[in-house]
Amino acid sequence: MTTLRVAIVDDHAMFRTGVRAEIDGPVDIVAEAEDVDSAVKVIAETTPDVVLLDVHMPGGGGLEVIRRLHLRHPDTKFLALSVSDAAEDVIGIIRAGARGYVTKNISGPELLDAISRVAQGDAVFSPRLAGFVLDAFAGTIEVAQVDEEIDRLTEREREVMRLIARGYAYKEVAKELFISIKTVETHVSSVLRKLQLSSRHELTRWANDRRLI
Amino acid sequence: MTEYRRAYRPADRRLVGGVATGVAEHFGIPVLYVRLAFIVGTWFHGMGVIAYLLLWRFLPLRQPDLSPGLESATRRGLRTSGRPGAFEVFQTVALGAVGVGVMFMIQASGRGIAGSLFAPLLIGVVGLAVIWRQFDDAAWGRWMRQTKGFGFAMRVAAGAVLVISAGIYFLSQERGWSAIVDLASAVAVAGLGLLLILGPWITKLLGDLSEERRERVRSQERADVAAHLHDSVLQTLALLQKNAGDSAVVATLARRQERELRAWLYGNDEKPGDSLVAALRASAADVEDAHRVPVEVIAVGDAALDPDVAAIAKAAREAMINAAKHAQVDRIDVYAEADGRTVEVFVRDRGVGFDTDTIAEDRMGVRGSIIGRVERHGGTVTIRSSPGEGTEVALSVPVRTADPTPPDSTTERVPTEEVSP
Repeated sequence: MTTLRVAIVDDHAMFRTGVRAEIDGPVDIVAEAEDVDSAVKVIAETTPDVVLLDVHMPGGGGLEVIRRLHLRHPDTKFLALSVSDAAEDVIGIIRAGARGYVTKNISGPELLDAISRVAQGDAVFSPRLAGFVLDAFAGTIEVAQVDEEIDRLTEREREVMRLIARGYAYKEVAKELFISIKTVETHVSSVLRKLQLSSRHELTRWANDRRLI
Repeated sequence: MTEYRRAYRPADRRLVGGVATGVAEHFGIPVLYVRLAFIVGTWFHGMGVIAYLLLWRFLPLRQPDLSPGLESATRRGLRTSGRPGAFEVFQTVALGAVGVGVMFMIQASGRGIAGSLFAPLLIGVVGLAVIWRQFDDAAWGRWMRQTKGFGFAMRVAAGAVLVISAGIYFLSQERGWSAIVDLASAVAVAGLGLLLILGPWITKLLGDLSEERRERVRSQERADVAAHLHDSVLQTLALLQKNAGDSAVVATLARRQERELRAWLYGNDEKPGDSLVAALRASAADVEDAHRVPVEVIAVGDAALDPDVAAIAKAAREAMINAAKHAQVDRIDVYAEADGRTVEVFVRDRGVGFDTDTIAEDRMGVRGSIIGRVERHGGTVTIRSSPGEGTEVALSVPVRTADPTPPDSTTERVPTEEVSP
């Protein structure tokens, strides 16, 4: 497999240096940027496979970067990286098109794993993101008038989300549910798609109402 | 909790007055339907517009209740907040254009509002919308509330122009004062002018200042917390310098400080006695401090801390302590889910694990303070563990639906023994 090309977009130089030190080598870091405008510029120039994207940045944040690049560069995948675990921003950036969300205290090997997963088109769900998803889609099984397929999770997807929220790695989820890792990845990607496409107004309101550590 | 949910106009997501968005949010329906209803309503004697203007006047404007960290990030342009997108603006303009088109068709068919009324009313409504939109803005709001000085003079002038133009319009019709309809409409336009002049006092009477008062209280609270945090950060930094050689202490101090800052910046202010999640978070924090193991708490839903729930929270605490003491791990995951029927808590580690058959004899902490405590409250406990595989303690209690109101937090001392593990 060829080395993945990665861009780091974060307004804290110290953090960029830290990440570079941790993951440079296994992946090829082709660009760095510190705000929305420069990020849009260097990503368009270098077309990396994966962009590590800070949520809060001068110029409108990571959301704005995805908005401006997503249509023109559909092959570039975004992985959100942040210290803020505020639900509205996590859900916001996922809905904008990021394929995963991890917090900044993630270890080097875990980050590399997340990068390769995102590069393959899979989704990276941390326990916290899984918790948000379960919360946002809560109660939809009973609600009869929600008939849109996209607006609810299947029982299996819910089980997968619950296990991830309980701290299970994909491999452990697969073992627990007697399914292959590939199937787990399929379920998670399907949840991601629902999260991005669902127009449930509850989802928006939920994210707005919810303030959470 | 039994308080009525009040409708409001969201300040951050409005297009014109925020009425449609607010109503849609209140009833949980898509905003498009609300806008359609207002426009269709307008075809019938302008009811839609009247309803819109009334709601605009009487629904309070509300700034989004963001945590300090997010508020500051929004202010500094570090994040894109939920402003209406270009699509929504376009959709609404298109919808409005169709609405106005149909209005004119109704006018053309001669079944609408009297011709001499229609034009001034249209101008009046648009003018009113423009003025109120500014009115809503904080800076303009203050300007509009002035009762002396330049702002006051300008406002009175604007109102006067409206009143006078109403007069001129009807005099220029050269039909005198005979038509009673014309008189009524003259009064209406003049009324708009008067409303503009008298607006501030009316607003004051309606108590629209509550937002400002709330903001003042909140900013004072925040100043206090900020001061406290600054102190604690300084303390932590001093301690870090002293203990620079001991990496475990440094990590614990950093973790605790992070938790405190994070709670303040992005969290909501909750106290350990408030709810299941708050209790679990507090326990996690204690375990982190005492045993230097990070404990990650993920919660879906929440439950009031009645005796049953309090029991499961305490059992979960024991499970966390056990994991921190015996599992030899660098991370513990806690997941809580409350769906109104049952409360479940999972405490998981990837540590050394143990043989579950042996707990009967030599693990009194597990038997008494976890299994016994939960089972006395009608719950179940499943412990899954095997050497080398880690441990997961699954706790579950049914929620008693006998009293739907949350119990008073002072009456919930749980009559269980305090078993130390």
